[in-house]
Amino acid sequence: MLTRSEVAKLAALARIELSDAELDEMAGQLDIILGAVAAVSAVATQDIPPTSHAVPLTNVMRDDVVNWQPRAAAMLAGAPDVEDDRFRVPHILEEEQ
Amino acid sequence: MPYDEVVARFEPVLGLEVHVELSTKSKMWCGCPTDFGGEPNSHVCPVCLGLPGSLPVVNRLAVESAIRIGLSLNCDIATWCRFARKNYFYPDMPKDYQVSQYDEPLCFDGNVAVEVGGLTYQVPIERVHMEEDAGKLTHVGGAGRISGADYSLIDYNRAGVPLMEIVTKTIHGTGAAAPEVASGYMAFLRDMVRALGVSHGRMERGNLRCDVNVSLTPRGSSELGTRSETKNVNSLRAVADAVRYEMMRQGAILAAGGRVKQETRHWNEGGYTTPGRSKEEAQDYRYFPEPDLVPVAPDPAWVDELRATLPEHPALRRARLAADWGFTEREFGDILAIEGALELIADTVAAGTTPAAARKWWLTELARRANEAGVALDELPITPAQVAEVQALLADGAVNDKLARQVIEGVLAGEGSPAEVVASRGLAVVSDTEALDAAVIAAIAADPEAAAKVRDGKVAAAGALIGAVMKNMRGQADAAKVRELILAKLG
Ligand SMILES: [Zn+2]
Repeated sequence: MLTRSEVAKLAALARIELSDAELDEMAGQLDIILGAVAAVSAVATQDIPPTSHAVPLTNVMRDDVVNWQPRAAAMLAGAPDVEDDRFRVPHILEEEQ
Repeated sequence: MPYDEVVARFEPVLGLEVHVELSTKSKMWCGCPTDFGGEPNSHVCPVCLGLPGSLPVVNRLAVESAIRIGLSLNCDIATWCRFARKNYFYPDMPKDYQVSQYDEPLCFDGNVAVEVGGLTYQVPIERVHMEEDAGKLTHVGGAGRISGADYSLIDYNRAGVPLMEIVTKTIHGTGAAAPEVASGYMAFLRDMVRALGVSHGRMERGNLRCDVNVSLTPRGSSELGTRSETKNVNSLRAVADAVRYEMMRQGAILAAGGRVKQETRHWNEGGYTTPGRSKEEAQDYRYFPEPDLVPVAPDPAWVDELRATLPEHPALRRARLAADWGFTEREFGDILAIEGALELIADTVAAGTTPAAARKWWLTELARRANEAGVALDELPITPAQVAEVQALLADGAVNDKLARQVIEGVLAGEGSPAEVVASRGLAVVSDTEALDAAVIAAIAADPEAAAKVRDGKVAAAGALIGAVMKNMRGQADAAKVRELILAKLG
């Protein structure tokens, strides 16, 4: 059983604010998912390699070549706040103080 | 607590985590340039900003570099490994995660021998893994400190630059030599990545950054002490100093019956450590396999090919060069003391200059100019081949010593190759015998007193006449030849 405090910790790590009711609801839903994973794990033996990618490819690499165009303005335009060509974020340690 | 007493009562146990920034042209997962000095956020694209729909593709040269680093550390190379997402909320990464490797590093189980004071210490290597660098934060307000800042500004030009993390296993049995083993290991890594050509390897620029873990075990006990981790120590000396400082700090706490706190600490320029603030209180990074990148599975044949490209071990190479060049230990030590000088001299010798002449140019004239310009020796805008060319002009008598220095000056000023500088500045020595003859005759006529002395066998008096001729020729004559002419005329 996934406890409410475990879900609260996960939510805090993911910076998601959840009410008590939502924590209970999520704990229940996540439990169902964990149950499904456990069922798969039970049948998966050592000789079945875990799937990590949907495509069976390895070694997809690119050469070390600069392929770039100056587009700082376009990149910055998508940000909520910008100052001096830099992304501006609220003070970082607020939560810890 | 005095250092000797710490060592007498405790055995230090070290662990070193070193980040190496690679010198690839493009970033780890995208084609953005890695050059320093661009306008803020000029070297960014949807991939390194982690925008939705973008797809990273790994840089082959970065993987090759990581394998070559691993092989140089006597590591095994994984036949199959994956990238992983390390999740954390800190705005130095725009994606809210760093792509790294978790339980499947590319290289693992290596070892390095470090020599200190004639003794060899084994440094076991846990792993070498691939990841990416983060962006640069500037805190505004609150005196630039993160805690009091009003807000922060971010430049993501460095975000996504290839970074290799080299982690040792715990290093035991170093005793009193612990600080020097740590800095000796760093020196090995620096020399190694430079010899491999995979990183600029400049600690002061942050190409190489070391996190130093230190704990103390009471002698005769087998239990491991609690460790501290000092972050971002950025010079060889600071690595040794940080180890020594932590040994003495922890020794004092333990001797007083206290307990060492497991914590992250900062290294301060004054030579001491202070407790750091934890970035993510719970070290819960929730790693999971990176779904946007496919596994890396180095073919053994490819690894063998890369193994064949490994340069000579830096220590062996130094010993070989010292023997080949025939300098005294002191002369060779002077070369090692100047960062980059060994490579530059080796390249100059390879371009045809004698070791003595190559050493002289780099350690005197060029070292002085680098000093004046406030740059490293290998940042001067002159190549070893050009220095060799200047030396060849000097050896041929096309220029004299003074003119050669002016040629160097011209090359450094961006006036072109040595030959071009000689031509444009008109620096060739006058080898026109008639012109020289005329100047010699004029000098003798102008200073009959000196001429008489020379005629009487006082050869030293020729100096004044040589000086007059050189002045007349504006320095562009071969002084030895002028001397010869004067003595012939007055003989
Ligand atoms: Zn990019």
